Order: sequence, then C-alpha cells, then structure tokens
Amino acid sequence: MAKKQLITATINGEQREFACEPRQSLLEALRDGLQLTGAKEGCNNGNCGACTVLLDGEPVVSCLVLAVEAEGAEIETVEGIAAGGKLQPLQQCFLEGAALQCGVCTPGFLMTTKALLDRIPHPSEEEIRFQLAGNLCRCTGYDKIVRAVQAAAEGEQT
Amino acid sequence: MSDNSPISYSDKQYKVLGTRPVRHDGADKVTGRAIYGADVQMSGMAHGKILRSPHPHARIKAIDTSIAEKINGVYAIATGQDWPDLIDKVADLGEGAVNLHDLAQNCLAVDKVLYKGHAIAAVAARDVHVAEEAIAAIRVDYEILPAVTDIVEAMQADAPILHPGLKTETLEEPSDQPTNIDRHVHFETGDIDAGFAAADVIIEREYRTATVHQGYIEPQVSTALWNEDGHLKIWTSTQGSFTARHQTAELLQLPISKVTVTPCEIGGGFGGKIAVYFEPVAAMLSRKCGRPVKMTMQRDEVFEGTGPTPASNIKVKLGATRDGKLTAGQAYLAYEAGAFPGGVIGPGAMCIFSCVELPNAIVDGYDVCVNKPKTQAYRAPGATQAAFAFESTLNELASELKLDRIEIRRINGVKEGVKRVDGPVYPRIGYLECLDAVEKSAHWNTPLEGPNRGRGIGAGYWFNIGLKSSVSASVNPDGTVHLLEGSTDIGGTRTSIAMQLAETLGIAAHDVLPKVVDTDSVGYTDVTGGSRTTFATGMAAHKVGLDLLEQLTARAAMLWECDPIEVQVDGDLYRFGDQQITFKQLAAKLPETGDPVVGRASVSPEGSTNGFGVHIVDVEVDPDTAKVTILRYTAIQDAGKAIHPSYVEGQMQGGAVQGIGWALNEEYFYGDDHKMRNASLLDYRIPTCLDVPMIDAIIVEVPNPSHPFGVRGVGETPIVPPPAAIADAIYQATGVRMTQLPMSPPRLWKAMTQR
Repeated sequence: MAKKQLITATINGEQREFACEPRQSLLEALRDGLQLTGAKEGCNNGNCGACTVLLDGEPVVSCLVLAVEAEGAEIETVEGIAAGGKLQPLQQCFLEGAALQCGVCTPGFLMTTKALLDRIPHPSEEEIRFQLAGNLCRCTGYDKIVRAVQAAAEGEQT
Repeated sequence: MSDNSPISYSDKQYKVLGTRPVRHDGADKVTGRAIYGADVQMSGMAHGKILRSPHPHARIKAIDTSIAEKINGVYAIATGQDWPDLIDKVADLGEGAVNLHDLAQNCLAVDKVLYKGHAIAAVAARDVHVAEEAIAAIRVDYEILPAVTDIVEAMQADAPILHPGLKTETLEEPSDQPTNIDRHVHFETGDIDAGFAAADVIIEREYRTATVHQGYIEPQVSTALWNEDGHLKIWTSTQGSFTARHQTAELLQLPISKVTVTPCEIGGGFGGKIAVYFEPVAAMLSRKCGRPVKMTMQRDEVFEGTGPTPASNIKVKLGATRDGKLTAGQAYLAYEAGAFPGGVIGPGAMCIFSCVELPNAIVDGYDVCVNKPKTQAYRAPGATQAAFAFESTLNELASELKLDRIEIRRINGVKEGVKRVDGPVYPRIGYLECLDAVEKSAHWNTPLEGPNRGRGIGAGYWFNIGLKSSVSASVNPDGTVHLLEGSTDIGGTRTSIAMQLAETLGIAAHDVLPKVVDTDSVGYTDVTGGSRTTFATGMAAHKVGLDLLEQLTARAAMLWECDPIEVQVDGDLYRFGDQQITFKQLAAKLPETGDPVVGRASVSPEGSTNGFGVHIVDVEVDPDTAKVTILRYTAIQDAGKAIHPSYVEGQMQGGAVQGIGWALNEEYFYGDDHKMRNASLLDYRIPTCLDVPMIDAIIVEVPNPSHPFGVRGVGETPIVPPPAAIADAIYQATGVRMTQLPMSPPRLWKAMTQR
C-alpha cells in the first residue's frame, strides 16, 4: 500500500484538500473522503453512469478516474447544482416530470444532462438519447427522463 | 402518455386520486441527499468482502484462512462453519417460502458450492482494499464436480445431480432415482382429448428463454451492527424490511425482537432484493469483530451471486375451431430453480393460459435445479416466459386461421365469471377493455409503412398479490398528518399511499407526510413486491383515514356539543347546523380539546387484483445485420384506478423497456465450463435510452371490486407482453417466427438466412 497523497481541487466551487491512496477512485474519494455521497456506485467499471460528475466541465464516470488525477481540477457533483437552498430548474423538471423512480441513477443523469445543456442548449430527442446513453436507468424506461430534459431545455435553464 | 388516458370505466369523482403531485421524497433524491444503503456511515465501521467460488460445482474439502487473518487491518473472517445449527425448516416470507438451510448455504456455502460466484467466506477489514487482499489470501481446497447449466440436460436421467437427497414434489409416488427436478405442478380442466378432437386447427410449438437479471442499478449493500447488548441492527437495501428481519433472525437463530432492520432508500429491486445475501453475513462478522460491518457487492457479484430469473423450456399446444374459438390448450413448462429448489414455476404455470377461456386444458410445470445462482422473482415472476410462448402460439394460430390478432383475443378473452385453468374465477377484470383501448389507440390506427417493418401485439397477465400491511398516523396541530409505513418505496409509493389517506381525509396530498420507518416503529408489513404496495398499503392508509375521520368527527361534535352522528363531513369540511370547521382549523384545536388523534390500521387482503395489459410495438429489422430497432411502442394496461397517473405510466414504461431488453438482447452467456461470460453491465446489455423510443402508456381504469378506490397493482404486468409482442412484430417484418429469447442479431440472422 502506497502512502496517501494530498490532493487539492475545487469541488462545487470550494477549494478543498483531501488525502487519498493512489489506488482509490475519485468516486471513493468523494464519497468516503469528502462525504459527498450524492454520486452513486452502480457498477464500479464505467458502465452505468450513476457516479457521473463534471471534471473541468466534462462529464466523467468518477469510478474510472483516479482520485490523484483530480489535482488542480474543478469538480462539480450533484450537491453543487442547487444553489442557496433552491432547486435548479433542471432538478425541478425531473421532479415535476416524475423522471425518477428509485432515484439512484438520478444524480448521474442530472450531471450528464447539465453538461449536455451547457453545450447544446436545445438538443433534439436524438441528441438527448445519444448523450444520455451512458447513463443506465432500469426503472423509468427513459421516457420521462428524456421529457424532463426536453422540458429543461425548453425553459433554457440548467 | 396519451391524450385520452386514463380511459375510465367509473363515474366516481376524486379530489386527490388521479392528480400528479411531486413525490414526497423527490427533493432528497434530486439533490443527492437521500440515504441509500451505501451512504450509511458509522463510527468504527469495517468493510466486508466475500470470497466466491471459481467453480460451478465443487465440494469444499478445506478452507485455510490463516494467512488472511494475519494481514494488517483484517478484523474478522467468517465461513459456513459459523452458522448455527439450522434444521431443514421452511419459513414463510410472505411472497414465497424458503428453506432456511438452503438460504444459509446460499449466503455462505457449507460443504458444497453449486454455482460460480457462490459465497464461501467473508472478511471484515479496515477498508475494502484490505478486505480484497485478505479474500485473495484465503486458500480453498476443492473437489471439482461435473456441472450442468442447461435445463433440458439437467432433467436427463444421467445429469450431474446437485442435491443427492432431492425428491420430486408431486402428487404421484416419489421416485428413488436421483433427480434435479424439485417440483411438478399440474393443472387440469375439462377433457383435453375431446378438446383437441373438436379443433379444426392445432398448433404446437416449443420455446426457450434465457436467464435474465433484474439489473437494478444499486448493487446489494448492507451494514450490520451486533451491539454489545446483544441487539442486532441492520441498515440495508431491501424490498422488505420485515422479511429481511425474519430471514436474518431465523438464520442466526435470534429472537425476532433482537433484530431491527432499517430499510434505506433502495436503488431498484424488481424482486431481486427480497432474499437476504449480506444481512446475516455482515451480522456474523460484526459479532466477531465488535464493529459495524458494511458489505457492498461489485457488479459481477450482483450477476453471479444474486438471483436472476429463470431460463425456461416451454411447449404450447393450442386447438381452435375455424371461427377462432379455442377448444383445448396444453402446456409444458420447465423453469430453472437455479442452485437450490424453489423457483417460480408455480406462477408461470398459473399464468400461461390466464388471458383466455379454455374449456379443456392441461398444464404441467417442472422446477429444475441447475448450477446457476438460485433464481429469484423478477417482476411478474414466471409470467413473461409463459406469455412469450402462449401469445406467440396464439398469434400464429390467428394467422393460420386468417383472423385478426385482436379478434382472436376478443373471441377467447377472459372476463368476469371465467374460470382460470388453475381454478380461480375472475371477478370484474379489464382485459377486453384493454383490447378496446388498443383498437381505439392512435398507434393501432396509424398505418405502418416502409420495408422490413412490422407491427406486433402481445398481452399479459399478473395476479397482483395482497399480503399484509400496517400503517399508523397522527394528526399534527398544523393540519398535516404523519403517516408511518413499512413499505419500502421504490417507484413512488410513499406518494401513492399518502394520496389515498389524503383522499379519505379530504386534504391535500402534501398535507400527508409519509415516512418509511424501521421494523421497530410500525406493524408487520410484507415486501414491496407483487404489485401489492399501492394496493394493500394503500388500503391500510384508507383504513387509518377512516379511523382518524371518526375521531375527528367526535372531536368536532365535542366542540359543538352534539352527537357525532349529526356531524356532516364533506371533503375537509366538518359541519353541524350552520357551524363549520375545516380539517386544518380542527387540527389546531386538538391539543386543547383532548387526547392526541392517532390511528393505526393493518390489512391482509386475500386473493388477487388481476392486472391485464396489451402492448403494441412497431419494429424495423435490418436485413443485413438482423438488428431490431423499436420504432414505436404503446403499453396499455388496466390499473383499476391510477392513483398517481405519472407513476403508473412510469411502471408501464419501465416494465416495457425491461421486457424489450429481455426480448432482444439480455441473457447470461455461459461457456462450456459453465461459467458466466458477461457479468458486467457492458456485456450484459440492458437497454440504454438510445435503444428505445418514447413509450406511450394508455391507462385503462376498470375498478377493482376488492379495493375501496378500485386500485389494481400495476408494477409487474408491463414486463409480461413485450417479448411476445416483439416476436410478433419481427414475424410481421420478416416472416420469421422466433421461438427463442433473446431475439438477438446473431440468433435472428441465423433464423432469417436459414429459412
């Protein structure tokens, strides 16, 4: 076991330091080290998207990123979306559109969607489905998720 | 969603039911604050991992843990030798019974491993990495045994035998021959020979379906703390906190009062999170090391170490007269039980002819052990396989008779008073109304054009069980009501149950505050499964509402010094003469006028709520690759009364997409070595959002006569029709009738090119 390293990163707008072993994933560091348990572990090998966070604005599956790679990076997790105790319209659209059932994939979907709408404010249904194809949901059949993303895009709000 | 849905067959008007409030737990879930099993953190917590069998069938000769024990940071190791003596006892777990000896062996093997991935030993350590190092250091001496993973082979007389003592449970004399066949179920009605003799057309076909997994996104996870006072506390991802308590207490031979199970938010289950895997093992480790122990599965462990739903071999023979009337039906079903007896053959055999009236029928079902994980329930357990076989044969019969596919279903379709082959007589049901909805739907009435395209239909049935539910409720002075329930919420049931209490009290959905509590804090409640939660726990919520209503009426009468019988209640308004008071105003007066108003209710509704669905699907088949693309999909289902239409649609859409995956690509691939080859979500491909279109959902409401609001369970029926509907669509597109699931490109391509 190698010695822990000290990593400095901006997490949800706040500069944070955390110690991690070289073998630890960013997901592990976020959940166990930083107590940011919003990102979920579904498969731990990059297949399900439940642990998606934004790394310098790009959606990544945090189970496939080593925590040490986060040095100097800007990381955004689901905990960082709602500001000032108020839900973002994107979260509101998921809620009102019943776009979640068990809810465990929801944080990942929200992060991927946020990245999508940041880049393509008015995506087509095809674009939404293509961009969200890395996030698995087993409950909803995706219908209401896609509609929630469309509703968020129509409101031009993320 | 459809503009003309729900299609209601009731003139009852409701204030809350049928509206779409935001779910009570929604804000927690979209902010990442909901506490799932993996989010539980405790002081001094250790992390557990399981050593699993690399062999599909082997005798464990010895386990050496001495090296692992010496690793820095290892706190405890447990093996099957740590189980208390368990007699061969069968425990009733609500949705199905379980043999405790088998259940223990499945959680930690004792002398034999029966499938690759079978748990052998468990380690608790400082962190998961240390636990993994320790697992790798445990030495097991195996005697490898021949294995069998194909159901047809497992039924042969010379097959490798999993359980030497197993005898087939049947009405006939048990044979002394060693066997893997655990159970033979048999249903019979009328005169089968006369029925087939009266037929103008007879079609007989054989079908195969593959092992598929529920594929919930959240892996199994549990934390156990065996405290110094001898009390065991468990935080777990489970569909039933009480069944988790019961199983754990029985396996560890503890009084039930010594075990408290706190159900965490659950990240999907679909039937796969009813049996325990980790709860008793984490408990054993905790007792040994005196720390709370958390155990989480990796995805390959979920595939290989939990219970998928069975592969099957089904034969269906149907006879009909030239005008389409069925005269006889015969079915043979063989379902995998997996490593231990007790599969889902019963419901499979009960469901196979459940959508048609059959005067003459025989059904034989066989439950068969194979060297695969012990199978478990998966959404309408056993019904999808059966419906694929029956509905496909019915569609073929329709085309043989040159009859419309809806018409043949209408001629033979079940309605009130019809007796199912396995015995029960249907009360008011909504199957024919679903067929009406198909014919009126935009989808059915829009021509499908273009080459290589086809439109298919399939129907499906699921019982929807009752079982036991308890709730309690208390009225707060601010006019809200706290509702405590034992049903874990997977698909929005907090809200659908709260809405039924709100409707009863005439208050807003958000003035009822539902909370899923631990097993110490509410009366016994069965699993969230069997499509029973909104139905049965909803009934309990209605009943507690009536109790509160009576108390509130009495309190209003006290204020007005009248007889409670003179108080009129209209929605949230209580009236006596020209005096009136709202629910909220009355609630505010409760603290000063007497005892707190609290209520409790428990229910155990008998029988079935009888859910029917019909699905329409358009596909396009690539003639070069045989890839099937779903172009359009409509799910139609009788919900009795849709309490929260969005979540009813959600169940229909989610079930349909799981069925699409089952139909087209999901399967456990086994090598010749009987080992699973695709134990990851990359290789076991569940549908992504790019694989499916929007799923239109048309809700039909034919009120269930045995529920105060007419509710039927809705969660399971929607997975039943898809494979048959898609097989039909593929036939319409290509002329090839597929009899094996999944209808994946290699399999379909072979069928298309070899015809």
